[in-house]
Amino acid sequence: MKAIKYIVVGFFFGIVLTKCEAVSWYRIYEMFLFQSFHMYGIIMVAILTGTIGLQVIKRYEINDIKGNPIVIPDKEKGSTRYWIGGLLFGLGWALVGACPGPIFILIGAGFLSVGLILIGAVLGTFIYGVFKDKLPH
Amino acid sequence: MNFYFCEKSTIMEIVTHTWHWAISGFLIGMVMLLLNYFGKVFGMSSNLRALCSMTGVGKSVPFFDWDWKSQRWNFVVVLGAMLGGYTAVHFLSDVSNVAINTKTIEQLATLHIDAPNGKLLPDALFGNEIYRSPKMILILILGGILIGFGSRYAGGCTSGHAISGMSNLQLPSLKAVIGFFVGGLIMAHFILPLIF
Repeated sequence: MKAIKYIVVGFFFGIVLTKCEAVSWYRIYEMFLFQSFHMYGIIMVAILTGTIGLQVIKRYEINDIKGNPIVIPDKEKGSTRYWIGGLLFGLGWALVGACPGPIFILIGAGFLSVGLILIGAVLGTFIYGVFKDKLPH
Repeated sequence: MNFYFCEKSTIMEIVTHTWHWAISGFLIGMVMLLLNYFGKVFGMSSNLRALCSMTGVGKSVPFFDWDWKSQRWNFVVVLGAMLGGYTAVHFLSDVSNVAINTKTIEQLATLHIDAPNGKLLPDALFGNEIYRSPKMILILILGGILIGFGSRYAGGCTSGHAISGMSNLQLPSLKAVIGFFVGGLIMAHFILPLIF
């Protein structure tokens, strides 16, 4: 079953994010008050690990599991969408203390009130889809 | 520490305590690389778009008319993550968890938000009493709307931009991440004190 490997990676991801408390509203609040290095450390080490890994993949031309080259598409050029979209996302992130990954992880862990955030997030995604062409990008 | 002489309970303690940021960050980076090795790109907010598309709104809103079935693997990752969250909270936690800065706890008290004492989430925002407060229900939904709208507008969230994009040295991701932090700082320092 191809799906097994995704379940395993997801399971691992869910455990790590819960055990380092990146899913905790408290940790996000503490981070934005600059009262702990914890979250900054997690994010920086994750980026450092990813950067080194991707450089190794590029240099040694490592192929993916099916033998195809590993290509990660570049993000579209632009500014407005990244500044404004990012700012709005940040407001929501600090308000409810969860980003999309943790929303799902917390619901799985049994925090049912986080379902309200999920309803909002799907609604917000829908609103973007409706107004996409009228927004500056 | 010499694991050879460790009692079983000591190993369990290492697991149930808060994981160190360096180990956790490394493991999160490895999750992204592992998905790349599977030929996929790490990004959690894409699932929100796929959830919208599943309902069939793609017929009237072109943004949702895409090959969302190619994202089914991502739903499986989410399912695994939910099981992981359940396992970590119910079997791998203890009262020492979420030991945030005591200054943060003092500040929370001024906002009438309860201290963690081992909990991941404050009761003031996520406890059962919130269902009797239209204000709290609205706050959670509004937060979700900002997250959903913002991540799609910016083309990614913490996983897609901060981890995937920054690791791939993408300038747009740096802009988005700066935006995340500016928004977060405004909320934590200026808006949260007005709400609570």
